[in-house]
Amino acid sequence: MNPKEARIVIIGGGISGASIAYHLAEAGCTDVTLIEKGYLASGATGRCGAGVRQQWGTRLNCQMAKESVAFFERAEEILGYDGDVEFKQAGYLIVGTNEEEDARFAENVALQQALDIPAEHLTPKQAKRLIPHLNTEGVTSATFCPTDGHLNPFLMTDAFYHAASERGVRFKTYTKVTDVRVKDGRVAGVETTAGDYPADVIINAAGGHAQLVGQMAGVEIPVQSQNREILVTEPIEKIQDPMVISFSRNIYCQQTPHGSFIMGRGDNRPSGYTTESSWQFLEAMAQTAVTLLPPLKDLRVVRQWGGLYNLSPDRQPIIGGTEVEGFYIACGYSGHGFMLAPVTGRLMKEIVLGEKPSLPLEELSLERFDGEDTEAYEQSVV
Amino acid sequence: MRQSRWWSTMDKRDVIVCRCSDLTLADLEALFNTGYKTFEELKRIARIGMGPCQGTTCGPIVRSAIHRRFKEPIERIPLHRARPFNIGIKLGAIKEAADDES
Repeated sequence: MNPKEARIVIIGGGISGASIAYHLAEAGCTDVTLIEKGYLASGATGRCGAGVRQQWGTRLNCQMAKESVAFFERAEEILGYDGDVEFKQAGYLIVGTNEEEDARFAENVALQQALDIPAEHLTPKQAKRLIPHLNTEGVTSATFCPTDGHLNPFLMTDAFYHAASERGVRFKTYTKVTDVRVKDGRVAGVETTAGDYPADVIINAAGGHAQLVGQMAGVEIPVQSQNREILVTEPIEKIQDPMVISFSRNIYCQQTPHGSFIMGRGDNRPSGYTTESSWQFLEAMAQTAVTLLPPLKDLRVVRQWGGLYNLSPDRQPIIGGTEVEGFYIACGYSGHGFMLAPVTGRLMKEIVLGEKPSLPLEELSLERFDGEDTEAYEQSVV
Repeated sequence: MRQSRWWSTMDKRDVIVCRCSDLTLADLEALFNTGYKTFEELKRIARIGMGPCQGTTCGPIVRSAIHRRFKEPIERIPLHRARPFNIGIKLGAIKEAADDES
């Protein structure tokens, strides 16, 4: 069978599912249906911090992020989108507060520069020049990449949605997948709250619920979901260009083009599926943000919410096939699925159509977790 | 069908639905035409309900517009998800309170 004529069902209408749908349809797949239990971007995509950075600690993450940035830079043109996805490249400033971090920063920047990512290792004084209101007390060094930035998750998903729809993809929102049918070791279709969909290919892009969808197909995916909280302030005039993050202080904080500040942190929580808001987060967030960026003390918080990180054992995504023929997964992004979505779509298209992979897929495969425990090797994660 | 007079005679570009984000009835109907039909979707695409009032003003107006457009019984159209806070609180005040406790 010509894979382009396969009946393809994508589970999950976040940025990953939408990007996969677009890339498959653009490559000529004629029968693609995306099923989403809520509305588009109702899960982690629409709840994320919206940052896009290329400053990573593994070669593969750097390569994937760099390629995604190149896509975002031309997203409207590539997708033929009328609107503006609000990609603002004002850089990411990563702040370190101890010698161990400084050493890792030096290694990371060397790796990034070798891959033509324009990152630099800065002194606290140089960092303060970029963000005059940064409190450098306790800051030992920083790294900065001017082509990192952030964009609007809703509008980016909308852009993929429109481009995919125009190419024939069917979007079924408010439709929940209740079971995945497997026959003789290969997928047969999905059962949903709005009827059955026969399928030759099923792609699990269910984000925080990916392991549950995996279980429906009898595939154990070694990921867990955790609630990560975030808040937004009232909008003010522009005072901060780069996104500021710190792994040791546990914060990321950006001023959106709208003027509001969005900030979050990653407190370790028991795994589960709740996305509730807590006062514990609020207090820790206020203490961290006001200490590092003192003028933010006068900003009013107007809203807080939570979303699910889908964490893999090594904090790298899992993209590829499974022991069930025709059942593919793209999950375990560990908080970075939004920024990697363009690459996710392209890689999944290559996998489903049996094309030559453009990146080393074995590093993203589910099989890499077979056997011994894998130690987390991407350290640069909030 | 009965319609209130102001609604049917005013130019839709002059009817403000969300004053925090400056969205008109004409904007809202354009979004309906692209397939968006719940408050939660409209909020994310057009910032309705994300301003200082956090949806307390536009919530019922949007619900009414959805009712008129899609002919769904109004009681079956959910209002927006209410999230903390009720009113804006300064980050500095939250930090101070947290510092005092510890």
